[in-house]
Amino acid sequence: MKIPLSWLKDYIDIDLPLLELAKTLTQVGLEVEEILLVGLPDPYAGAPAAAPREIKVSGISWQADKIVVAQIDEVLPHPNADRLVLCRLNDGTGEIIVLTGAPNLFKYKGIGALPKPIKVAYAREGARIYDGHQPGQVLTTLKRAKIRGVDSFSMVCSEKELGISDEHEGIIALDDNAPTGAPLVEYMGDAVFEVSILPNMIRNASLVGVARELAAVTGKPLRRPSAQLPADAPAVRGKAAIRITQPEFNPRFVLGLVEGVTPQPSPYQVQRRLRLAGMRPINSVVDATNYVMLELGQPLHAFDYDVLAQRAAGQPPTILTRTAQPGEKLTTLDGVERSLEPFTVLVCDTAGPLSIAGVMGGLESEVSAATRTVLLEGAAWNYINIRRTAFSQRLNSEAAYRFSRGVHPALAQEGVVLCLRRMAEWSGGQVYAGLVDEYPLPPEQPPVSLTSADVRRLLGVELRPAEIAAILTRLEFTCQVEGDSVRAVTPPHRLDIGSGETGKADLIEEIARVYGYERIPATRLADPLPPPRSDPALELENRARGALVRLGLQEVVSFRMTSPEHEARLYPPDSRPPAPVYLSLRNPITPERAVMRRSLLASLLDALEKNARLSERLALFEIGPVFLPRVEAALPEEPLRLAIALSGLRQPPSWDGGAPARFDFFDLKGVLEILLDELRLPECVFIPAGHPAFHPGKCAVVRCGESELGVFGELHPLVKQQYDFLAPAVLAAEIDLGRITALAQPRRDTRPVPVFPPVLEDIAVIVPESTPAAEIEAAIWQGGGRLLTAVRLFDIYRGEQIGTGNKSLAYSLTYQADDHTLSAAEATQVRQRIIRRLEQSGARLRA
Amino acid sequence: MSDTANTIEELQRILRDGLDALHSLQDEDGLAAWRTAHLGRSAPVMQVFARMGGIPKELRQQVGQQANQVKTALEQALEERSAALHHAALQRKLTAERLDISLPGRRPPLGRAHPATQALEEICAIFIEMGFQIYRSPEVESDQLNFELLNIPAHHPARDMWDTFHTTTPGVILRTHTSPGQIRAMHEMAPNPIRVILPGMVYRFEQVNASHEMQFNQIELLAVGRGITFGDMKGTLEAFARRMFGEHARTRLRPSYFPFTEPSAEVDMECFICGGKGCAVCRSGGWLEIGGCGMVHPVVLQNGGYDPALYSGFAAGLGPERIAMLKHHIEDIRYFWQNDIRFLEQF
Repeated sequence: MKIPLSWLKDYIDIDLPLLELAKTLTQVGLEVEEILLVGLPDPYAGAPAAAPREIKVSGISWQADKIVVAQIDEVLPHPNADRLVLCRLNDGTGEIIVLTGAPNLFKYKGIGALPKPIKVAYAREGARIYDGHQPGQVLTTLKRAKIRGVDSFSMVCSEKELGISDEHEGIIALDDNAPTGAPLVEYMGDAVFEVSILPNMIRNASLVGVARELAAVTGKPLRRPSAQLPADAPAVRGKAAIRITQPEFNPRFVLGLVEGVTPQPSPYQVQRRLRLAGMRPINSVVDATNYVMLELGQPLHAFDYDVLAQRAAGQPPTILTRTAQPGEKLTTLDGVERSLEPFTVLVCDTAGPLSIAGVMGGLESEVSAATRTVLLEGAAWNYINIRRTAFSQRLNSEAAYRFSRGVHPALAQEGVVLCLRRMAEWSGGQVYAGLVDEYPLPPEQPPVSLTSADVRRLLGVELRPAEIAAILTRLEFTCQVEGDSVRAVTPPHRLDIGSGETGKADLIEEIARVYGYERIPATRLADPLPPPRSDPALELENRARGALVRLGLQEVVSFRMTSPEHEARLYPPDSRPPAPVYLSLRNPITPERAVMRRSLLASLLDALEKNARLSERLALFEIGPVFLPRVEAALPEEPLRLAIALSGLRQPPSWDGGAPARFDFFDLKGVLEILLDELRLPECVFIPAGHPAFHPGKCAVVRCGESELGVFGELHPLVKQQYDFLAPAVLAAEIDLGRITALAQPRRDTRPVPVFPPVLEDIAVIVPESTPAAEIEAAIWQGGGRLLTAVRLFDIYRGEQIGTGNKSLAYSLTYQADDHTLSAAEATQVRQRIIRRLEQSGARLRA
Repeated sequence: MSDTANTIEELQRILRDGLDALHSLQDEDGLAAWRTAHLGRSAPVMQVFARMGGIPKELRQQVGQQANQVKTALEQALEERSAALHHAALQRKLTAERLDISLPGRRPPLGRAHPATQALEEICAIFIEMGFQIYRSPEVESDQLNFELLNIPAHHPARDMWDTFHTTTPGVILRTHTSPGQIRAMHEMAPNPIRVILPGMVYRFEQVNASHEMQFNQIELLAVGRGITFGDMKGTLEAFARRMFGEHARTRLRPSYFPFTEPSAEVDMECFICGGKGCAVCRSGGWLEIGGCGMVHPVVLQNGGYDPALYSGFAAGLGPERIAMLKHHIEDIRYFWQNDIRFLEQF
């Protein structure tokens, strides 16, 4: 909401400097986003460049000695140009001839001395103003020039040149009372406060609303605009009638009448105020409705009475409000023919719909230049219904903005009366006595009782009942102190105060705002702490992340939204799973992100692909949920997954090394082994597996007991080729962290540090190529028994010496007792047992 | 006599020859050969000893002493020369081994948590110190929990505050804030006191640009109990800011509106980059907006199972990515989920 300062001053005395005013408004909940200067001096002028500028200030300041009020006494033709005129102008210091091309002066050309001087804004040589001929706002300084043989060093200004609006067709014609010779900044220098209105403060989307809040915090009195209907005028009774069919949608409808108006340009200061507030002046009738809406916050609608009478075949019109009938259509004043929803409320007469209630008027009954009698509507509407209507019609009018947030029905009457007065003032005409007022459903606003204890309990501030009452009274609540309690009646301009505990909270918010958030002392929570609780899933996630980071992997976080096509790349084209069920978005921003992911690995491979050309070594992981729709529940399952991807060099390349090794299956397996150990999982096994995403010979599942925890391996060449990867092999894993949470052990056992020396020896066995190494290692452990403490594979040999189809596995073994030094005989015994056990497994000792 | 004199002379020559030979050695390699030649069994001085029998008895002692002196002198000289040569050799070796220390170091691969994770962890850790517990809840939520129970009825103008991703399942949306977790936590914990932080990903149907993403993290606080005040909320947020940004970090609250809190406020922090003097990060204003907060609305307490006449509470929401952006001068929020390692590896 744009609040012109000069207009605000109609309703309250303001002696605060601009920045203080902005801070005061912000502290009461009316955040000032920007101050636009329209003439007034820059409040930051003279401040050091490095000083903070808490409030944004823009716009133009008018130099007092260069831009003044002047009067044109005569308009003379230009000797060499038809499209230019010369003005005989007085700027308070004497007579000057000024050149201008303003079309709105042409009609005075050559008629001699004007009967009534035209008051204008005059810029002298050296004045800094906006260039009227350039798009946007470009500052320029007036310099002496010769235009078509006539000296020109000063000018009569348009609104654009002074930063009032972008209007630069003609010069400004000031109101007649403008004092010739006075600095323009003193006469009408202004600043516009761009105030952001909170959704529950629609009452403040008005000049009076803002002034009221200021009055509450500054203690200065509020001057409400007041108007009364004439007593000695023809009565409106009998000129129009109202029928409300659904009061729940339309709690009040008020009509007033003014006869004999002449729509004309509004007084200049009215036009200027409307422009500064962001509205376009139309004519004095329409301007009055907009002006009063900005003043009070009550949208109003003017009908051409004669059109309505004509539609009623000469009878006094009856206005009725109802919801739209099936198939009903209306052309609104923006020229759009609109199909109406069954919940759309219409303002109609007996001949049909006139306007969409509270949103936009219809074209036909709109006031025009020919309008002589105005029937003025002020109404109250159900805000939820207005919001639905504006939303479904995609209409965002000033009226809909206010009505969709709740305007108090009391304002309907106040607005109509004030607007009738302004219309008659600016357009001529006679206001009728009385109003037609149907008010079937006044809002229920029970008084709210509040005690000092309530305030203390929620704010931590000690206020006496009298102090509470004083604050609320400044916001126009009617308060009564009854012992320790304050009984507050909500003033008839707001609908945001509820009842019961909500009502109390609503009042406490008002007290806190006016008392000042900054005055409420900060305290440390003294309330009892809840019992401690653990979140095993979170702890596990953090341990997993910590382990992977320590292992040198980089975490990524991807979009959770993806597309089925994107995830399908995880499978070779001919073995894609049949249409997986996705949680789909109804309103995706892009088709690329239309469903919630089912695979974390797919997300991670996307990240790997993006970085393929950026690093020779990529070791990435991600932890996050996937989204699996369920048949039995509306909300999907969100299991927590962990994905790992490795590709490229095992170590970052160095300047002295040869060709460094690349990641292979066993790097990933090693990472998983350490990870599972860090997560304290008992006895995990790796089992060869087939999964369409992976190389059939380089793929395994991790199992813990009966539970399958995940799958890993080297990506299948047919999968890999669907991505833009550079490395020859991509190793990947997807693990279900949720399942691990259930299995992870709370603690781990340790062993004492051995005191007695170990016996170390090597053993090499020849086995068929097909025998898994794990089988041999298991046999060694079985054979070794208690005294065997470590087994480490240190070499694999293949060669003719041991026969083709065979491999030799060489292990380094450690024997150790925890209570004595092993004798040679004992060591031999252990060795013999191991050899026997190995031979049972079909292994042959290598000589 | 002349024999003796000759022998003495010979010994002097032996000593001189030996020392000359020793000093002509330039490295340790010759030392062993020198020892054999000058102190070995057939070395001249040893031969003098061998000839001792032929020397008249009365002179034997003198010659013997002389020979011993020569031998000792040679041995000592060897020791000294050996040490000197050894030292010189070491010096040469060390000089030869000198590195170009300006060559780049060999860096082991360093793993890192994602910057958003780091920000979340940093913020959570502070609130955990204050006694808050982490509480996580689903990212896909019902309209009921995301809006209705938080005092945001259907068609209410307050709904304009959140642009929502809807799913094709009616009534199921992507949560627009972590606030539905407030209701879940209250349902789970009523009537016990609550102090939770709700971290997690939220979603907004928004045009994506440098400062807006369709997905981002949020951290909410919720404290519910029998005596929790606005002052406590202020104190908690002030303590957080000081812990996060330093002892001098100042905060302020500005009145605002959220349907699920009342009174509500925006939380501003004095710019920690410039100390409130005005800089590019705070757009010269000296203050940064870091979150929103308020006292839990009575309707929300009621919906959570707490009688608003007896219980009160506060809630606050912070944006970890926004805080990280301010702290690390990150210019574009889109960096976070683009996963470009050139961004990730800076943290």
